[in-house]
Amino acid sequence: MTTYVFRRLLFLVVTLFLAMAVLFVLLRLLPGDPANALLSLGATPQQIAAAQARVGADQPVLVQFGTWIGQLVTLDFGTSYISDLPVGPEIASRLVVTVPLTLIAFVLAVVVAVPVGFVAAYRSRRWYGLALSALSQLGIAVPVFWIGVLLITAFALQLRVLPAGGFPRDDWADPLDALRSLLLPVITVAIVMSASITRYVRSAVLDVLGSDYLRTSRALGASFGSAMWHHGLRNASVPVISILGIELATTFLGAVVVENVFALPGLGSMLLKAIAQHDYPDIQGILFVSTFAVLVIGFLADLVQRLVDPRLRDSVSGNDAPKNAAPLSDGERAEQQGAT
Amino acid sequence: MKKAPLLIGIALTATLALAGCAAGGSSSATGKNATIEIGSVYEPQNLDNTAGGGQGVTEALSGNVYEGLFRLTDDGKVENLLAKDYSASADGLTYTFTLQKGVTFHSGAKLTSEDVKFSIEKVLSDKSQSARKSSLAPIASIATPDDSTVVITLKGRSISLPYNLSYVSIYNHAAKNFTTTEDGTGPYELDQWKRGSTLSLKRFDGYWGTRAKNAEVVFNYFSDATALNNALLTNAVDIVTSEQSPDALGQFTSNKDYTVTDGKSTTKLLLAFNDRVAPFNNVLVRKAVSSAIDNKKLLSSIWGKYGTVTGSMVPPTDPWYEDLTSVNPYDPALAKQELAQAGLSNGFSFTLDTPNYDPHPAAAEFIKSELAKVGITVTINTITADEWYSKVYKAHDFVATLQEHVNDRDIVFYANPDFYWGYDNPQVTQWIDEAEQATSTAEQTALLKKANEQIVADAASDWLYLYPQIVVASSKLSGYPVNGLNSQFYAYGIVKK
Repeated sequence: MTTYVFRRLLFLVVTLFLAMAVLFVLLRLLPGDPANALLSLGATPQQIAAAQARVGADQPVLVQFGTWIGQLVTLDFGTSYISDLPVGPEIASRLVVTVPLTLIAFVLAVVVAVPVGFVAAYRSRRWYGLALSALSQLGIAVPVFWIGVLLITAFALQLRVLPAGGFPRDDWADPLDALRSLLLPVITVAIVMSASITRYVRSAVLDVLGSDYLRTSRALGASFGSAMWHHGLRNASVPVISILGIELATTFLGAVVVENVFALPGLGSMLLKAIAQHDYPDIQGILFVSTFAVLVIGFLADLVQRLVDPRLRDSVSGNDAPKNAAPLSDGERAEQQGAT
Repeated sequence: MKKAPLLIGIALTATLALAGCAAGGSSSATGKNATIEIGSVYEPQNLDNTAGGGQGVTEALSGNVYEGLFRLTDDGKVENLLAKDYSASADGLTYTFTLQKGVTFHSGAKLTSEDVKFSIEKVLSDKSQSARKSSLAPIASIATPDDSTVVITLKGRSISLPYNLSYVSIYNHAAKNFTTTEDGTGPYELDQWKRGSTLSLKRFDGYWGTRAKNAEVVFNYFSDATALNNALLTNAVDIVTSEQSPDALGQFTSNKDYTVTDGKSTTKLLLAFNDRVAPFNNVLVRKAVSSAIDNKKLLSSIWGKYGTVTGSMVPPTDPWYEDLTSVNPYDPALAKQELAQAGLSNGFSFTLDTPNYDPHPAAAEFIKSELAKVGITVTINTITADEWYSKVYKAHDFVATLQEHVNDRDIVFYANPDFYWGYDNPQVTQWIDEAEQATSTAEQTALLKKANEQIVADAASDWLYLYPQIVVASSKLSGYPVNGLNSQFYAYGIVKK
């Protein structure tokens, strides 16, 4: 297990480095000039030249890249081309909004989706099981900003119980105030996330419900609840954990639309603005943080899967047989290959 | 499964409890202890308008945190501010300014002529990205004979010098960081700037002039106009500096809790021809296109009853304004006639480079359908703001484009044959240069009127309409600027009942 963890961490660092290299080159290959965002309509040719110099196209790309990687090691993200402000503290202040939004929405989505998905699977032939399944389809189909706008109209504009947007000036100094500002955005994000998770939980549970081992366990005298708890849930959760990891990772930056609708000063809106202005240091800094977050989430999801499923524990890829196990029968071997 | 209803019940209770908690929202203090929450879409990029800070710096900081030698009032007049008095020599080449006494910066340092010299040189420096740099080009040297006197020597007469100086913020020459901190002389000092969210100013008690009428001003920034309007509707903000979305006005005009003011803006929407290339190097073709487009109809389809059609680059707040809408009137028959005279009776086609943000795409579609009626085919090429700067502004690689121009007194762009639209009329250039060297404002006005009339006669561009400047505020507020010339927004007179 420890070798596995170590190898995965090394893999993570290498992936991060490669991703940053690709990003760095891509940004400079794309059309568009960072200097333009500094100019006004009366700009003289001399001011245009000064803007170009300020965004520093004067050194060879490799040197620029080397300097940047060197700075990254000390977590110095440089300063923005446009605002001249250091990128690191700016990202930190945006994370204070985006991370709680993502995590709370994630927890809420899981708390809702797991029981709902279970019911939709277990009672898939009853009317309420079908209704829950249809509802989750709707949740995936409806655009997230539309849900946000509906919630604002209902709770902020009509009922006046929650703010229509924005985030308190002093961040989390008054936690209740901050949570009030995040409530509607969290619900908006959670609705869409839970719709997706519900689908996967439902299909994983359906799989388990039809499985041999569950039927065997029942036949040996266990109650349905006991059989599900001891055998069914662990098997159902392995694919669901991957999905949870993906959902969490995509929501981290994907919340940009929600941030716009609710006027939240989060990471997504900073990235959107940076892209429009070709502010390379900002873009690079944000994508470093988010790539790191995605890789870590993926790593954690993998780790949890291995903790849950002993068959995955002693191997890196999961395709090899566990070292100390007895030789597998044909049926067991087939089942193991199916599980990965 | 029995746990699910319980969990849902807990969640609902928690939600309602949170919702029921005492509101943040706008403070309940009124009068001189009030906090004014202002909503805007123009966040500054940084706090230094010589380093690309942008329109947002003027809105939030000019007049509030920083002051100039002169102040441009909301109705376009130039008043003495940090310059208690000034005089010009007979030949107009030497200006002597006497500074106000007893002015201190927010840090406590005293204002001296050294700071004025530093601030003007900051605008003129090689690294300066100030939009006003070219207008201060006539300055040859700045001398500071004593702490309260500044002497500016010019290379040539420049009657607009006091006006141009009203845009120069006076910085403390000893300050180190202009992009994230400030040290100005204004009635407010910077309290906190939370990027992407708010910029708050608090009243400076050591201010040399009349204290601000409110204790604190908070600019709340939005990237979405709907979110901004929602904030106003829920009283999260008290006033919107410039309403961008005509469709939203209906919610406020019929609501007695809000006051909608239609002021005079200086932002013009232009259909800019590239006067260097065919077919728009022919004045007849430009006139034809101008007469084929019904500007009034375009304006009313976007802004309803707001806004104005001026027929030229000059807005009503400029002293040399004249209504020139009759020179190239909307008349499709006339347009066809002029096209025939130009030898293009079968029409022609061209590409219109259109910025992708409002209102340009809508205007482009309208222009396309209007010009189709006289046999001209328009291909709309949608581009980003960034591409516009590279392709149209710098490379001049276009035939016609749409763009909004926000500055006042920008008729001077037509004196420069190298400006992106390439209008080159030596007589106009001469009149505009002479106007700047005039000895009296009456002379300046007369010359610029002549220049403007010629520019319109030449149909150098098609000035589609002048944006309205609409301020929507809670009815409890008074004393706010309604014209907001060049995006400035003086907050010190705002009173909250």
